[in-house]
Amino acid sequence: MKVRSWRFYAVCVALILAIIYILPSFQPGLWPYKTINLGLDLQGGMHLVLDVEVEKALESTMERRTYELRDQLRKERIRYTSVRQLPDGSIAVRLADTADANAFSEFHRKEFPDMTMRRHTVDQDIEFRFSISAEEKAHIEKMATEQALETIRNRIDEFGVNEPDIRIQGERRITIQLPGIEDPERAKDLIGKTALLEFKIVDDSYDVQDALDGRIPPGTELLYEIRRDAFGQETGRIPYLVKRRAVLTGASLTDARVQVDSQFNEAYVSISFDRQGARQFERITGENIHKRMAIVLDNNVYSAPVIQDRISGGSARITGSFNMESARDLAIVLRAGALPAPVRIIEERTVGPTLGAESIQKGLLSMMVGGGLVLLFMAIYYKGAGLMANLALVLNILFIASALAAFGATLTLPGIAGMVLTLGMAVDANVLIFERIREELRLGRSPIAAIHAGFDRATLTILDANVTTLIAALVLFQFGTGPVKGFAVTLCLGVLSSMFTALVMVRLIFDFLYDGKHKPVTQISI
Amino acid sequence: MQIIKPGTNIDFIGRRKAAFILSAAMILFSLFSLILHKGPRYGVDFAGGTQILVAFQNEADAGQIRAALDQTGIDNATVQESREGQSYLVQIRTIQTFDSESGILTSLPRLLYETTGFPAEILSIDMVGPQVSQDLRSQALYALFYALLFIMVYISGRFEMKWMLSAAVAGVFISVVYLFPQIMQNVFHISMPIPMLILVALVLTLAAFWKLGLAYALGASIALLHDIFITVGLFSVLDIEFNLPIIAAILTIIGYSLNDTIIIFDRVRENLASRGKKTFAAILNQSINETLSRTLLTSGTTILVLITLFVLGGGIIHDFSRALLVGVVVGTYSSIFVACPLLLLWHKKQGL
Repeated sequence: MKVRSWRFYAVCVALILAIIYILPSFQPGLWPYKTINLGLDLQGGMHLVLDVEVEKALESTMERRTYELRDQLRKERIRYTSVRQLPDGSIAVRLADTADANAFSEFHRKEFPDMTMRRHTVDQDIEFRFSISAEEKAHIEKMATEQALETIRNRIDEFGVNEPDIRIQGERRITIQLPGIEDPERAKDLIGKTALLEFKIVDDSYDVQDALDGRIPPGTELLYEIRRDAFGQETGRIPYLVKRRAVLTGASLTDARVQVDSQFNEAYVSISFDRQGARQFERITGENIHKRMAIVLDNNVYSAPVIQDRISGGSARITGSFNMESARDLAIVLRAGALPAPVRIIEERTVGPTLGAESIQKGLLSMMVGGGLVLLFMAIYYKGAGLMANLALVLNILFIASALAAFGATLTLPGIAGMVLTLGMAVDANVLIFERIREELRLGRSPIAAIHAGFDRATLTILDANVTTLIAALVLFQFGTGPVKGFAVTLCLGVLSSMFTALVMVRLIFDFLYDGKHKPVTQISI
Repeated sequence: MQIIKPGTNIDFIGRRKAAFILSAAMILFSLFSLILHKGPRYGVDFAGGTQILVAFQNEADAGQIRAALDQTGIDNATVQESREGQSYLVQIRTIQTFDSESGILTSLPRLLYETTGFPAEILSIDMVGPQVSQDLRSQALYALFYALLFIMVYISGRFEMKWMLSAAVAGVFISVVYLFPQIMQNVFHISMPIPMLILVALVLTLAAFWKLGLAYALGASIALLHDIFITVGLFSVLDIEFNLPIIAAILTIIGYSLNDTIIIFDRVRENLASRGKKTFAAILNQSINETLSRTLLTSGTTILVLITLFVLGGGIIHDFSRALLVGVVVGTYSSIFVACPLLLLWHKKQGL
């Protein structure tokens, strides 16, 4: 038997690769390969699943279209009695004069070709209903999710988290992994904020008390400012009656940063507008001198200063009851932009750093104790061959660990359990081979013939037995999330590497020790 | 060293009636417990809600903890205490979920400190919304079903060379299980209960495999279902929660138990080739005995490491390794006493 067979080279290549990939995990920066990623359950951190409420994005798109439609009709001098949104999301237009119907059709073709229009007769009146196609709806929803992902990614980047993992799951969910995060509640707050910034003019011509009693004039709405004390506890709510339509939104912002008022030593957020926004801001402030302008974030009023003069230069400040931290977070969300739709946290898993460190410790301890017991048992039971199996077992751990590093896979607590379990199951391939060799020896074969027959016959059995475990592990990988996936990965790697070590490496050692060339083999230690 | 002496010939197949009674008793017991407990006890992953693990340095009073919870607005919480090493652990479970605006989770450590007088550290929070828990539940069932089907195809292919036939059957069932709920949802606006659907599909699949004579796959998969059912039943008897790691454990049991079954079947196939005048029952017995040494060794080492995990692993690993321990023991038993007798039964039916 030639020792320098393909097995020899395969084992050499595997060993070299394993060492190359595993070393950075012990000595970071040795070469630019990745270290083993620790899962959130081991290093502590937060896992979130957000549901993007895409139907809200659809709603606001249609709302914007309604405004556009009204503006355009006015421009084209087509008179209408009403333009309103229907509960199903479509926009209904009633013309003042049915004679305008033809002009209106022309208007539709020219200005809003992406919406389909249908004629309906309601109460002997002709109503034109605009709606968008199912594909367009799906597109808006998809865009909303993608845009939400981008926005959240920007916010987290600015917040400063090491190696966050943010991705879309399914159609409208976003999963976020924030390893090692220290203040999970604050991060959640930052991620979950829609951050829709709007400037709305306060309507002082009506009495707020009337509105509070339920008489809200058309075109206006009631919003509140929440006052908080230094500990963040709510101390009171101040109602404002504001014009429903925002005069300017956060979309025209270019920058937002925290500054400290030298006079009152209070933190505030200064914002700057782009050129168009600056012009608009100048015009609005000019038109509304001595009125109040409410600065509204997610339907909460932050402050409502009285406009003293026309403000040019394109910058403004948001004041309110801020501390440095909340001002900083506000600046971050304003810079990163608003979410196209509100998000809702539907799954959250937070692991503190203490628990993670403890889990690693316990996992490693049980691996060492369990592994040690198996090694001892194999050495006693199979003597020389048992030692070979033990070498294979130790290398198995090395192969699994380096494969985890090479594929950038994540080691989780169940993953460690998977590795420990592999220790128990990995001896199976060796046990099958050794038992078979013993059987062949009992049948009276020569040692070398027994080894060959043992390996050959056990190979198929090992393959069959392991493929089934592999199937279960792959399904588990496909279905699992987080920790369970980590378990599936180590189980897969464990099965593959135990097959490799048993069928290739242990065989190589047998072939090397009992090659029968130099001296006849009369006995094997098994 | 040898555990099983060469030439050992235990009449396993002859004891199949006793084994059948034992299996039936275990299954009935499981069923009884499941009915009594109204199904498996779902943990936070599958039932939804919030689970908070808090560590105190000293033993805090449960009544005071409850008082703190009442103040924060966490209703109907169950509080479970345990001691691990130096620290005193308190697990709080509720079916509520919280958004960040409520600020409940932020203020919890402070309130706990104020009421109990001991500093509290939040070790972990798991919050699962109702939609997610429902998704996880059906995903877990789909995973079990798919794993089972793929494995049945593999066994039928390898042992009876019926790759195409078994793949066709599995393909039909997978597409039915995948498409049927969608059609019901989109055309008739009826949402299918997934557990029912999968149960029916499973029974029909087994019936189809029986009808088509795919005996090896049938024997192996019934042995598997036997193991899963008894593990689930035992969990119900011991009142242990079902969480995601337990599903991982169950899928691993599937892999492990099959491993065992296949190694015996493999030997059966080999011995059938040089059958002589032996009866099928004798071949089965011979095969089980020849592989017995390996069966006991592998189960032994696996159980050895599982016990270490069970004792030293702590926390989540505790329940996980317990499920696997039960599964490995039952799996080893079922390979010998369930899968093989089923193979014999089918052979007898065929008059072989």
